[in-house]
Amino acid sequence: MSAIYILWLRELKRYVRSRAQIVASLGQPLLYLLVLGFGLGPVFQKAGNGSYLQFVAPGVISMTILFSAIFSGIAMLWDRQFGFLKETLVAPVPRIEVMIGRTLGGATVAVIQGTLILAVCLVAGFRPARLSLFPLAFLFMGLIAIVFAALGTAFGSIVQDMQGFQLIMNFMVLPIFFLSGALFPLSNLPKPLAIITRLDPLTYGVDALRGVLINASHFGLALDVSLLCAIAVAFLSLGGYLFSRIQL
Amino acid sequence: MIQVQNLVKKFGDFTAVKDISFTVEAGEIFAFLGPNGAGKTTTIKMLTTLLNPTSGKIELDGLDPTVQKNEARKTFGIVFQDPSLDGEQTAYENMELHAVLYKVPRKVRAERIEQLLKLFELWERRDDYVKTFSGGMKRRLEIARGFLHTPKILFLDEPTLGLDPQTRNQLWTHVKHLNETQKTTVFLTTHYMDEADRVAHRIAIIDHGGIVAQGTSQQLKQQTNSESLEQAFLALTGSSIRDESATSADQLRQVAKMWSQRR
Repeated sequence: MSAIYILWLRELKRYVRSRAQIVASLGQPLLYLLVLGFGLGPVFQKAGNGSYLQFVAPGVISMTILFSAIFSGIAMLWDRQFGFLKETLVAPVPRIEVMIGRTLGGATVAVIQGTLILAVCLVAGFRPARLSLFPLAFLFMGLIAIVFAALGTAFGSIVQDMQGFQLIMNFMVLPIFFLSGALFPLSNLPKPLAIITRLDPLTYGVDALRGVLINASHFGLALDVSLLCAIAVAFLSLGGYLFSRIQL
Repeated sequence: MIQVQNLVKKFGDFTAVKDISFTVEAGEIFAFLGPNGAGKTTTIKMLTTLLNPTSGKIELDGLDPTVQKNEARKTFGIVFQDPSLDGEQTAYENMELHAVLYKVPRKVRAERIEQLLKLFELWERRDDYVKTFSGGMKRRLEIARGFLHTPKILFLDEPTLGLDPQTRNQLWTHVKHLNETQKTTVFLTTHYMDEADRVAHRIAIIDHGGIVAQGTSQQLKQQTNSESLEQAFLALTGSSIRDESATSADQLRQVAKMWSQRR
């Protein structure tokens, strides 16, 4: 347990200490929130869907968590380069504990980032529909974070260089974001897109956040929760398996 | 304490370690010498569970590190050839993290960290980030960290690379002390023949992935009619210079260096 804690703490320390990274990683979500939120607002409103800012805020929060969580996993690339990964891999600690410590650390950082964006959303004019459900938002942010931090760890375990990183960025992370319904409503989609969005784990995270924040869940919270939990278990197992097989 | 039988490691077509066998007794200091790219580090990686052998048998204190990975890891400590510190944490935090991972009892943790940081003259800089350290200081920290817990087997992979004579002396004195008082088995590699001559009870010389000679320093000298271990080494391995191919890790380290310079 103490190994999990100290590795979790390390991830947190790294995050708090790199202020430049904190600011940089908040830039992109802010752009989406403000430009899309206000830019597409009028069109969205005319189409009869209400405020786009209200709609897109949970999407942008999910995106922040997605990016942050996956990056924390892929940051293992740097630990590989600077050698710190070795230090943890030969330690007399089951690798699964090392993996869990790292992953929970990454997930915690992602939730903090998501919370910062949530705060920005509130400043920008976002209003949660029901205050009673508001605390639940953190539960779902945590679930999304764990799902993707575990996926990030899985990626980090197999990626060995920057080219691999680009590959994952362009063919995994960006599609996960764009196909999740973070930016558009899931109703009345063309059939192929509807199918693909349903295969995207983030879809259920975004949907759950919409459920608790603006009371507009497409699938229903129960389905979202159970699917997210199942995916979290699957990705944690995958990440744990791949991590335990790392050779240097 | 360490038993290796017919150990082979292939990377694709390239055979890095070719069918080597050796035994290291408990309480022995065993030096593994060889030119660059001879297979020393690959062997250490296989012994320390970082790499799976292609074939062959390994035993560490009766445990098979390819199967009982975690039990095997409990038997040894290691100082790596290349860096393995966390640059974003302070020297003290690096020591602390290591102490927790290696389950050094909380009561003695602070005391031992202080003792070792003082021994390797890093105590004044304990609260500085490791990324601000010079190469020599990082090296000293790695070594201090390696001594935090007292394992049955200590692997030292070119521990003195880039160290000044003072620290080198400090290191070997400490290693000998551990070996004598704690009966720690030591498995080391180095390019400095005088060091191997000074501390090692027995020596194996590896070249092109195979062991070409084994024995005490005296035996190796006699075998080759040489006056020094260095001469014996050259007689056994020839005088041509070896190339090591850069791995993806080395390449990325280059990129990382570029970035850190920009900062």
